[in-house]
Amino acid sequence: MAGAGGGGNDVQWCFSQVKGAIDDDVAEADIISTVEFNHSGELLATGDKGGRVVIFQQELESKNQPQCRGEYNVYSTFQSHEPEFDYLKSLEIEEKINKIRWLPQKNAAQFLLSTNDKTIKLWKISERDKRPEGYNLKEEDGRYRDPTTVTTLRVPVFHPMDLMVEASPRRVFANAHTYHINSISVNSDCETYLSADDLRINLWNLEITDRSFNIVDIKPANMEELTEVITAAEFHPNQCNTFVYSSSKGTIRLCDMRASALCDQHSKLFEEPEDPSNRSFFSEIISSISDVKFSHSGRYMMTRDYLTVKIWDLNMESRPVETYQVHEYLRSKLCSLYENDCIFDKFECCWNGNDSVVMTGSYNNFFRMFDRGYRQDVTLEASRESSKPRSVLKPRKVCTGGKRKKDEISVDSLDFNKKILHTAWHPQDNIIAVATTNNLYIFQDRLTSIQ
Amino acid sequence: MSSENLSDTQMEYEDEKQDSQEKNTNLVKGEEVKLKAKYPGLGQKPGGSDFLMKRLQKGQKYFDSGDYNMAKAKMKNKQLPVAGPDKNLVTGDHIPTPQDLPQRRSSLVTSKLAG
Repeated sequence: MAGAGGGGNDVQWCFSQVKGAIDDDVAEADIISTVEFNHSGELLATGDKGGRVVIFQQELESKNQPQCRGEYNVYSTFQSHEPEFDYLKSLEIEEKINKIRWLPQKNAAQFLLSTNDKTIKLWKISERDKRPEGYNLKEEDGRYRDPTTVTTLRVPVFHPMDLMVEASPRRVFANAHTYHINSISVNSDCETYLSADDLRINLWNLEITDRSFNIVDIKPANMEELTEVITAAEFHPNQCNTFVYSSSKGTIRLCDMRASALCDQHSKLFEEPEDPSNRSFFSEIISSISDVKFSHSGRYMMTRDYLTVKIWDLNMESRPVETYQVHEYLRSKLCSLYENDCIFDKFECCWNGNDSVVMTGSYNNFFRMFDRGYRQDVTLEASRESSKPRSVLKPRKVCTGGKRKKDEISVDSLDFNKKILHTAWHPQDNIIAVATTNNLYIFQDRLTSIQ
Repeated sequence: MSSENLSDTQMEYEDEKQDSQEKNTNLVKGEEVKLKAKYPGLGQKPGGSDFLMKRLQKGQKYFDSGDYNMAKAKMKNKQLPVAGPDKNLVTGDHIPTPQDLPQRRSSLVTSKLAG
């Protein structure tokens, strides 16, 4: 049984690489908190709870060797954020990287935005593969020469050196968020970006750090009237005036910045009507949207709530056009999932390059793919057991009750500490990055002879 | 295919969908009953507000200098009270000491992903 991958039954997913420590004792700092490919797919960035960013680069040679396309090696690593304490507010600020977003490449250097709960930083990652030698006034080690000892002049020349990748913070966008930042999104104009916290969304210019415009504010005058918070926000992929934000009540609002400076009035409100007979204590919690992502085409958007993935047509606000059950068997476990806080886990979701397949994570290190065209779905597992190079991943199945077939796993045996919250899909190719708690798995499809 | 057959299949599908939706509702309602049995006070306020407030206040560490000085005065002759089981909670009569405070994590270690 093959997996979903945009090619119907043709696609099979194979293990390519796994990054990170094997030991079970996971330090909190090593918990992966975000994964993101850049626009070409050549670079893959991860952020962790310790405030560190690790960037992997696709091996050039293997890009042309189809069997090893999914080979990524460490390119750069740096400490993006440090823990802070706001003494004025008595608030501890975690260094955990909530999101990383790449800027489209404009010159030789690469730029990315990384954010923790309060501060966004623009990082420049540049390569240095030659260095100037033969200065007149400086020794090779950098010490200055006494000018009176210089008797002849020479022209310094560039000599090749071992590749050095440097990361430097170019901008720090601070002090604009009272609440915790959950999203950042670069505008298609490549000049501005938005940052969203629980109650407000701000618009920034990438060049200007001391000023930002507030474009959404849902803070009620009386905090006791607070009923919903912003959970995610994203700019439209090609309409620079349009963005969406999702809420903890399961709604998505689309806003047009041309309409007014403050976009508290939405242009469109996407909400699926709820059957009142289905209402329970858990309804609102499981309807809270944890991620929203536009399709590459810009025609659709995808939302993830606790149990489902929904595809919305931007032209239709009344209900999603597609709904996929991620792990419906958890309905019978909601009580214990509430008690152990798992019901508040924030899963992300992603599209493949041509918007034909969507992917999201689940528990027990399972992740799910839904092929929209062929109406197929598959459950795969990121585990050390299936980590032999190029070994094909076997589809997994959870049995909900009654007889458990061989190779199936029962709901009660699922490990809820092994959650896959962050996944990413290469923008053009069938290469995916799946983050377990502290490991990063890279899988690629096995090209079959039949195209 | 006759149109009659088509609508039959469609009706069957709708019935199945309704059945599974009912089953789902029953499952979820069952879970709700379980939860309310364990925590009778739960759900007095709407399920949202409590957890929303908790979410907004993440990271808040309170220190009241008035409490601290009162406690110090009270404790002049006695031993300092031992930290409770939750070392992160430092309020009221308990006098915080450097040992009680959560350790700042060292940020100099390279990520294991890069190793």
